[in-house]
Amino acid sequence: MSGKDTMTLQANPVNSPMEDWLRMDRMPHIWCPGCGIGTAVNCFVRAVEKTGIPREKLAIVSGIGCTGRVAGYLRLDSFHTTHGRAIPFAVGLKLANPELHVVVFSGDGDLIAIGGNHFIHAARRNVNITVICVNNFTYGMTGGQVAPTSPEHSLATTTPYGNLEQPFNLAFLADSCGASYVARFTTYHVRPLVNTMRDALTKDGFSFVEVLSPCPTLFARRNRLGDGLDMQRLFKERAVRRDSESTASAIVDLEKGPVVIGKFKDRRRPAFLEVYNDAMTKALGKERFQPYGPVTMVDPTES
Amino acid sequence: MHSAEGSVLTGTHFIDGDVACAEGAIAAGCRFAAGYPITPSTEVVERLATRFPLVGGMFVQMEDELASSIAIIGAAWGGVKAMTVSSGPGISLMQEHIGLAVMTETPTVWVNVQRGGPSTGLPTLPGQADMMQARWGSHGDYPAIALCPNSPQEAFDLTVSAFNLAEEYRTAVMLMLDEAVGHMLEKVVIPPAAQIAVAPRRFTKKSPEEFKLYECEDGLVPDMPPSGQGYYFHVTGLTHDERGYPAMTAEAQDRLMSRLMAKVEGDADKLMNVERKNLDDAEVLVVSYGITSRVAERAIQLAQKEGIKVGHLRLLTVWPFPERLISELVDREHIKAVVMPELNLGQVVLELERVVAGRAPVRCVPHAGGAVHEPSVILEAIREVRP
Repeated sequence: MSGKDTMTLQANPVNSPMEDWLRMDRMPHIWCPGCGIGTAVNCFVRAVEKTGIPREKLAIVSGIGCTGRVAGYLRLDSFHTTHGRAIPFAVGLKLANPELHVVVFSGDGDLIAIGGNHFIHAARRNVNITVICVNNFTYGMTGGQVAPTSPEHSLATTTPYGNLEQPFNLAFLADSCGASYVARFTTYHVRPLVNTMRDALTKDGFSFVEVLSPCPTLFARRNRLGDGLDMQRLFKERAVRRDSESTASAIVDLEKGPVVIGKFKDRRRPAFLEVYNDAMTKALGKERFQPYGPVTMVDPTES
Repeated sequence: MHSAEGSVLTGTHFIDGDVACAEGAIAAGCRFAAGYPITPSTEVVERLATRFPLVGGMFVQMEDELASSIAIIGAAWGGVKAMTVSSGPGISLMQEHIGLAVMTETPTVWVNVQRGGPSTGLPTLPGQADMMQARWGSHGDYPAIALCPNSPQEAFDLTVSAFNLAEEYRTAVMLMLDEAVGHMLEKVVIPPAAQIAVAPRRFTKKSPEEFKLYECEDGLVPDMPPSGQGYYFHVTGLTHDERGYPAMTAEAQDRLMSRLMAKVEGDADKLMNVERKNLDDAEVLVVSYGITSRVAERAIQLAQKEGIKVGHLRLLTVWPFPERLISELVDREHIKAVVMPELNLGQVVLELERVVAGRAPVRCVPHAGGAVHEPSVILEAIREVRP
């Protein structure tokens, strides 16, 4: 940016429509130029606006890491918890106050490595929360270490001779554990990303959105993939949209392609609280059972 | 405020300490618990799983102790009173979240039914070797509140106290049972709901515009915001300022840590809960807590029959340590020696020695755990230190 542009910006500050959703007293944020997390947050806010969920009924929970800082920047009831444990915190919050729409917004290392056990069990349990995972293929906050999402042979500070391990297919993982909703897009595909976040936010049960995102500073540069813009171009060129694709074959191959994106799974499965209230009513009878939270029963006409 | 009518099992029962603890939690208003099976604590959550659906509560068996210990923190911010229950290895896994509860000032109760350790140790046998872990287990400096019942009745009573203290001080409160108290069947009298004092959640009366998450109106404990009401508060385990925003400076750290410490340690006299017996002319002072206090009581009776003047100070609250009281006692002319039996190789006795500071000999009566002491061992220690 030239000196002249900077002066113009200072003289005529342009208010972003995002400002009302952000804790502006915490700006500037910590994210690097070219990072995709801000784009994911932007899409999230636009998705929330489309759902019509009252803002005060939306709560956001993050773990630790670059994406873990999202909770701190959004002007919502927001919780910055411990590394890997955003999901079980969210489960407790949701079950204590079922009126809340609880969203977990965190990174791939946080949710899938240290927090992997909670991820699979929350999907299995089908608690009514939304998990948004910004997958940038690395640990950003700690300086570019290998992640369970890092491509095979990719370079990281802890794999200086290349990653030996096969990465997780997060969509397949969530799907096979029973998640009600599973989708993957990239920070290049902002319009479908907004729409899919809207669907996830209004879906009953455990909904999961993976957002492939550039980490120019630590992943792209080390692996000679260029800067943030180059990564966006890579997403554009490699991405193949296949809605309802079997998640098992929905691979992410940055090197040769394809990067399969789309809304993979949208299944009707009663959420945890519905199942709980229904099962307890059957077991204990309406006279004895004290329903938990706003009562929603399983519709017997749906299988 | 008192217990909710209809939820309290008022009456006389023959139950064990674990079940009494679960009933105490219900009486105290706990309506969410998360846990993972581990001997000898599991009966607490089994009881809650049976009883909660009848009183509007929920127990969730989580995938591990890491999940259990943070689910209760989430639930507490959701507006519910919450607890988790575990033992040795599980409590070790929960340490990070004890720190999170302290740092974010989240009222929560943590039950540790102690067994022999370290590691897998003696799952079905008693120990008191987690007492220093209860004080120092999570990283960083922080204050601890730990209560130690010696009977099923007290397991009920102190569980109610633990919830009340958690609300009053907005912190993690440790309830330190042991296998013997947890599995011991005794008479437990549960009073009518109206006679059980219960501290309600202290929600702010301020509007969202005026509200700051960690601003104290009076005293050192801020009021909590309700979730889902437009307060848009931010909770973080990072060092934070009064708004709850991360503040990465030495000054912010000093300000926060000083208040977190002072709100508990500064109230140590109020938090003190002890039972005193025959202290007026005692030559030997026995200090004990939990199951060991019952064995000590037998040893004291035997010593008294031999004509030894023995007094007994039983700690129901072990942390904060009743420093001022013990200091005053050892300043008395008639107290010549102090004896402390515990089911570990010498933990709380270190604190006792620090407070006594050489003014009287302190005799530790250690036991590695797996059984309670033989009264004769404690009696022998009393005989040896008598003037």
